[in-house]
Amino acid sequence: MMRYLLRRLAHAFLLVIGVSILAFLFTTLAPGNYFDEMRLNPQIAPETLVALRTQYQLNRPLPVRYASWVNSVLHGEMGFSFAYNTSVAPLLLLRAKNTLILTVTATLLAWAIALPLGVWSAERLGQFPDRLISWSTAALLVVPDLALALGLLVLALRTGWFPTGGMASVDFESLSSLNKIRDLALHMALPVATLVLSALPLLVRHVRAAVADVLDAPFLLAAEGHGIPRRTLLFRYALPAANPLVSLFGFSIGALLSGSLLVEVVMSWPGLGPFLLEAILARDIYVVIGGVLFSTIFLVAGNFLADMLLYWVDPRIRSASTPG
Amino acid sequence: MSRRRKVAIWLLVLGALHGVVLCAGFFAPYDPVEQDRKSPYLPPMRLHFVDMRGQFHLRPFVYVLQLRPASFDQYVEDTTRPRPLKFFTFGDRYRLLGFLPSRLHFFGAGDERIYLLGTDAFGRDQLSRLLFGGQVSLLAGLLGAGFTLLIGWCIGAAAGYYGGWRDDLLMRVAELFLALPWLYLLFAIRAFLPLTVNPLQAFFLIVAVIAAVGWARPARLVRGIVLSAKERDFVRAARGFGASHLYLLRRHILPETSSVLLTQAAILIPQYVLAEMTLSFLGLGVPEPVPSWGNLLSNLQQYSVLVSYWWMYLPALIMVPFFLGYLGLASALQERAEAYKIQRRSFGSLA
Repeated sequence: MMRYLLRRLAHAFLLVIGVSILAFLFTTLAPGNYFDEMRLNPQIAPETLVALRTQYQLNRPLPVRYASWVNSVLHGEMGFSFAYNTSVAPLLLLRAKNTLILTVTATLLAWAIALPLGVWSAERLGQFPDRLISWSTAALLVVPDLALALGLLVLALRTGWFPTGGMASVDFESLSSLNKIRDLALHMALPVATLVLSALPLLVRHVRAAVADVLDAPFLLAAEGHGIPRRTLLFRYALPAANPLVSLFGFSIGALLSGSLLVEVVMSWPGLGPFLLEAILARDIYVVIGGVLFSTIFLVAGNFLADMLLYWVDPRIRSASTPG
Repeated sequence: MSRRRKVAIWLLVLGALHGVVLCAGFFAPYDPVEQDRKSPYLPPMRLHFVDMRGQFHLRPFVYVLQLRPASFDQYVEDTTRPRPLKFFTFGDRYRLLGFLPSRLHFFGAGDERIYLLGTDAFGRDQLSRLLFGGQVSLLAGLLGAGFTLLIGWCIGAAAGYYGGWRDDLLMRVAELFLALPWLYLLFAIRAFLPLTVNPLQAFFLIVAVIAAVGWARPARLVRGIVLSAKERDFVRAARGFGASHLYLLRRHILPETSSVLLTQAAILIPQYVLAEMTLSFLGLGVPEPVPSWGNLLSNLQQYSVLVSYWWMYLPALIMVPFFLGYLGLASALQERAEAYKIQRRSFGSLA
């Protein structure tokens, strides 16, 4: 168990380092930097710009900059934001927390809906429930998430059922803790619904395919022969054996992170999405690198979780990775 | 046969959809950047066949819209002023397919103007902008997918065929690209490219960015196929006869990857069109006044537009038929590839 865990952890760590190097490589390809806008300003002397660039080490070679960036990461700063004039990490952490709230809720909810639907569909392969589910997933699949987000927004604005924009009401601080949770839930309803609806069709389809594959296996026939109830059979025996689902879990986190980036901008959720967009437009490179790195860490952590889950549910892997 | 027919039907549907967009100049009544400052945010005019006296007309007509009394943005139909559609009329100049100068339009209303999908803030015809915008978005998607597949194909084939450290290196890099959520990756690459560019540069920039994002998955798929194909008996035999690497790849190995490439194309193209829409929507893509499906939606970021002018939302739905077409094509192709595989497997066991 330990060895398996350590290997996955080392792999994840290398991946994050690789992504950071890749992100830095892109910065050298970038024409222009944060101070270029100032060049047009006659009130700022060219010497000042040179001094600024030197101060922020923008004129140093790439490996040196990378080394000093790694150093600042180790100090918990993750570089320096030109626009906010402070270190990047605290800025990002604040937004990353909001993104995480959104994505984790959406992931759990999407899977909680997709699993029973997929299993049900696989059990009634070709029958009415299966057809109904495949038609509705197909219908959802052809609606782009941008259209979905905007459509739900129109609905909310017209009906006034849900608050739009932001993640808290103006009087949030004065609410009791129960009302605070209620307020947050109401604000989350719209973005989470968009994310779940856009992720659901693919998840349901994959669950259905994976479970339908397993349902033919001899061990299930044997279990059925032992008189194990149908529901236990499906959820306790067939579902854990549907191996591809665990890797789909990691994939779904990636898809939901991407989706939440767009949804956050559309619904003005104060997460990484709008922040990153703003940083791109301002050429605040360390914020962009930090944001990308955060998303990688989320994704890698999700995959790591999926691996653990797989290890836990599937005895075949457990026995294969124990030495001897 | 029926599988082949399925693929053909979906191709036909997609061909028709793309054809309309390709000939946008003909199907659109007006120039996409022409402004009608007198009628900003005009709602869509409804097509009528039956007039006020209950008489049926074969030629559809619309009623001129006029401001409702004592309001500044509510329009009502003026039923005393019908405006019939004219088919195959002459109107604004355009170049069909980009080079054939023409003035012939599918429909119009002579010197009067009709707006079937309403107008935007500058009084530009939304229908015309939608059709011309499709040219930008679809071309970006098609070119992007083409480049992605080319890159993925070359890298996958090289990794699978040569193996060893090259394979390791290339596949590790591919893992890096797969490790990032694609929109973040898109953002990251876009972040390091120039922001203020003219529309043409922006277009090629976007194509390059979206092409760079997705090559890893096709590369991995191609690699897998090449790995198994290069150990097949007929490839070994050819190698034994002294065939060169290039010949082996071209004649025996790469043809095996064609069905995967086709399926991937059908999956990637709509994704990439959506990627263009997303970038332009966020203001990182093709800038105004050139229309694209993304920047047609970008003013919906203001809630007031979204609430007051519902027809501005219609461009968001334009992708639905295209998605449907590509989804159908992808599943038909997949089915065909599956059937082909089964057929070959049973044939192999006979031999």
